[in-house]
Parts: sequence; C-alpha cells; structure tokens
Amino acid sequence: MKIPTDVKYTKNDEWVRIEGDTATIGISDFAQDALNDIVYLELPDVGAAIEQGKAFGVVESVKAASDLYMPIGGTVTEVNKPLVDEPETINTDPYGKGWMIKIKVKNAAEADSLMDSAAYEAFCADR
Amino acid sequence: MSYIPHTDLERQQMLAAIGVTTIEDLFEAVPSSHRFPRLNLPAPLSEMEVSSELQAFAEANEHAGEFAIFRGAGAYHHFSPSAINHLLLRGEFYTAYTPYQPELSQGTLQATFEYQSMLCALTGMDAANASHYDGATSLAEAVTVAYEVGRGKRKKVILSPGIHPMYREVTRTYHQGRDIKIVGDKGRADLSDLIDMLDENTAMLAIQYPNYFGQIEDLAKLAEKVHEVGALLVMVVNPTALALFKSPGELGADIVVGEGQPLGIPLSFGGPYLGFFACRTEYVRKIAGRIVGETVDTQGRKAYVMTLRPREQDIRRDKASSNICTNQGLMALAACIYLSLMGKHGLRKVAELCYHKAHYAAAQIDALPGYSVDMSKPFFHEFVVKCPKPVSEVNQALIERGIIGGVDLGADYPGMTDHMLLAVTEVNSKDEIDALVEALKQV
Repeated sequence: MKIPTDVKYTKNDEWVRIEGDTATIGISDFAQDALNDIVYLELPDVGAAIEQGKAFGVVESVKAASDLYMPIGGTVTEVNKPLVDEPETINTDPYGKGWMIKIKVKNAAEADSLMDSAAYEAFCADR
Repeated sequence: MSYIPHTDLERQQMLAAIGVTTIEDLFEAVPSSHRFPRLNLPAPLSEMEVSSELQAFAEANEHAGEFAIFRGAGAYHHFSPSAINHLLLRGEFYTAYTPYQPELSQGTLQATFEYQSMLCALTGMDAANASHYDGATSLAEAVTVAYEVGRGKRKKVILSPGIHPMYREVTRTYHQGRDIKIVGDKGRADLSDLIDMLDENTAMLAIQYPNYFGQIEDLAKLAEKVHEVGALLVMVVNPTALALFKSPGELGADIVVGEGQPLGIPLSFGGPYLGFFACRTEYVRKIAGRIVGETVDTQGRKAYVMTLRPREQDIRRDKASSNICTNQGLMALAACIYLSLMGKHGLRKVAELCYHKAHYAAAQIDALPGYSVDMSKPFFHEFVVKCPKPVSEVNQALIERGIIGGVDLGADYPGMTDHMLLAVTEVNSKDEIDALVEALKQV
C-alpha cells in the first residue's frame, strides 16, 4: 500500500497536498482499496467555499457510497472534470491522476490536526 | 414458513420485561364496557346473498361502457386488448411485491426492462425508470431532479399554464415548504412569455405536449433557449401522441414524464394509473425509483437485474432528495403488454385514428351555429369548443342522451367560461360522433 510522504492524511482517508496557499485533495490508496471498483464520483462546483470536515462530494464503488470530507477548509479553485467521467482512475492512481479538487486554503493552521505518513501508516495498520 | 414473527415464549418475555402478565393487561385503561361493545350489525349473509347485494351496489353506478365518452383531460378511453387483463391476473405478476431478487424474479425484471426500453423508444430519451404513481407525481419528481442538477442553487421552476392543472397542483403540494419558487402558470402566459422568464436562477421549464388543450405548440427554439441559461427542459407528454409526433428527445427535452394510463390501463375511477419518467443519461444518478438492466449471468446467459437505484434511499438517507422508492409494477406491466401487442405500427394506427376522428368531430362542431372550435394551432385528439351556453347545461343535455361531454375549462382557466375540452379516441365510432354533433345542435 502506497503512503506517500509529501501529503497529509485524515481519519476519513482523504489526503491533502499543500503547496503555498493551494491544496490538492484526493483519497488514499487504503481508501480506494477498501472501496474496491469505483464507479461514480460527484464533485463540487468551482467557487464553492467549504469548511474543514464538511462534505465536498461523494464517491461510490461497487461496494459502498461515501461522502468525501475536506481535510482543510477553503474555496474550490479547480475540479478534476476528466475524473468524473473515468472515476476508475482513482483505483489506479489515487495520488496522481486521481486527485479530485484543488482549493485555496483558508487557514493553513488547520493542517496541524492532520496525520503525516508515519502516523497514517500506523492508523491504517490498526484497522 | 411462518409469517408470525413472535413465539408465545417471546411474547411472555416481552410482557414480563414491561411488568405485565397478559396482553389484556395492556388494555386495562380502556373500561371493559367499551372494549367489546355490542355492534348493531345485520344478520350474516350467505355468499350468494352477499354477491347479489354487491351486484346491486355496482349497478347503481353508471358504467363507462354504456356511454359515448368524449371526455379526456388526462384520462383517456382507449381500447385494451383482453390479453392484458389475463396476463396481469397471473399470480406470478399479480401478487408479487417488490420482486427485485434476480434469482427469483426474471419474469418481472424482464417485463420492467422491456417497459423501460419501450418508453425510451417513445420519448427519445436514454433511460426510463420502472415508473412512479401517476403523471402528476412524475412531474413533481422531475422538479426534484432539476433542483438537484442545479445543486439547490437554482430555485426557480417555470411551469406552462398549458400543463394539466392537477399536475401543477400536485407539484406545488409536493414541494411546499422548500425554497423552490414555481412560476409561469398563474396567468395565460404563452411560450414566448415563459422563455422571457428564464434566467440563471431557473432550474427547469416544463411544458405539456400536446398541451392541456390538445394543441401542439411550436417548440423548435424552446430547448435552445432553456439550455442557454443552463436549465432543464421537462416535457409532460401523452404517450399515444408520441406515435404520431416528433419525439421529445428530438425536440431537445432533458426529462420526459407523463401519464401511462392511455397504454392499456382502464379509466377505473382515476386509478391505479402509471407515471412514466425518462431522461438523458447524465441525469440518471439524480432520479428517484429504480432502473432494471440487462446483463449476463456467470454462464453467459441473458439475465435481468436491478441496475440502478438511488443510493441515498438505502444507505445515505439523510442525503436523499426523494422518498419515492416504489413503482406501479402491475400498471407498468399493463403498458408493456399493450405496447407489445400494438407494436410500432399498431400504436401509430391508434394515434392516427384518434387524430382523424378528433379532426372530423372538430370540423362538424365548428360548423354548428353558436359553437366554435379553436383551430389556431395543430391539435391531436383533444380540442377546445366555445359553447353557446354554460358547459354544465350542455353536459346535462348530453348525459341525458347517453353522452359524456367534455371538461368545463372555466373552472381552472378564468376567461374560459363556456369553453369545453373535448376528447375523441379510436373507440368513438362515427355514429357516436354524429350523435354528439346532433345533440350539441339541439342544446
């Protein structure tokens, strides 16, 4: 299972890559593996302001449907439109082409509550 | 298998848990004199006596078969091949409830799949669900879909006044208390007035095709205008008319709904009827109800399964946009059998008969002194007649001659006093039409 070190993780298995005041958000390798084949993805509109911990979309697989939660709050600046048409990409490349949204970060300090790769690895190992 | 879920032992345990010993103890608060009061009922009757008593009740009703019916307005008197009823009454279909388990229900699932496919062919849409209660609730569900597609940000719904008044009423009832504003239908707005109401806040615009007055409006530019502002075009349609006229898909509709009763379902006091609902692929994730699909099993044999149902209704209920899960399975089956028996050419023949008979009747009535028929637009099998007297008086005179006249439009459309909406279908013979014309002349 891939747990890259350049991103931070939530207990809901989203990842966030923070570069300056921009953050890219997706779901982890652990999450895509647990969900199995992903068949549907619903993402927010560009311009939507969503707080940390609030739902920004829905991912549905052959096994389950889950809300997607904001690792940190911000305003959506970009949505991965091709991913909506080919959500199975999340299964093959969760940290790359499987990114879901980019946001303008509202409060960078919110990232302090997230797990780094080591903490997330331990968190996953316990499940 | 026993359908009684609790054993005597379990009942005793439950009673003990709440501190009583018998079921009767639960009713202690009801004074014993009121528990089993003497009921003043007539003496019991034998089956033969009950049968004749019920027969007498039934005969007190007027029977549709004894009248020439020229009333439509959403419910139409058509011929139904007797095979429909015989197949519907088969126990496998008649008694099954939510028979969606593919291992057991291939017959029902296939019938639903065929029904959906035929509705797609008729409407020109990509997908149809397994049906709703009736045409009015289908329209209300279309509003839900349009609102969801607009992510709840588009709050305006434009309804044409040419949509059945009851459908508009049901839609308002359905969505009362939500922040949806339903506009457009309170006056006599025409299509260009409705187009003027379109803006970035509009979720959808709905029209009826043919409209409530039986007319076909010029819809050539409508879809383009609706789509320009990012709204959805919803069409309420008569399925019989679609055999003759351009499909809603060709006209650019996004969602097509309507009443399936004309497809082999009897008038029967207004129900059970059948609401159909079809849409373009991009909206299937937002619709209520179920979609059955065709697939293959592990051995490669053709099989039918429940393919899509809104996940919110099962596992994310707090996010559900509609609580309608059920469908009119038996009525959808009736429509499926009707369409199968008629076939493409048969349905077109029915539509042509309706069209020509209605036009014959309209021309005859228009020629009567004191009467005029609105022929300003093309019409299908219904038309508006201006009468020389109040519609109630005309209808009274007609019923005395064994004819059920049209709907009084004045009740729903101020300014249309003395206007009657007449419908003519393939079951109305030339003799019946001539009798209607003669009766109107004498009124």
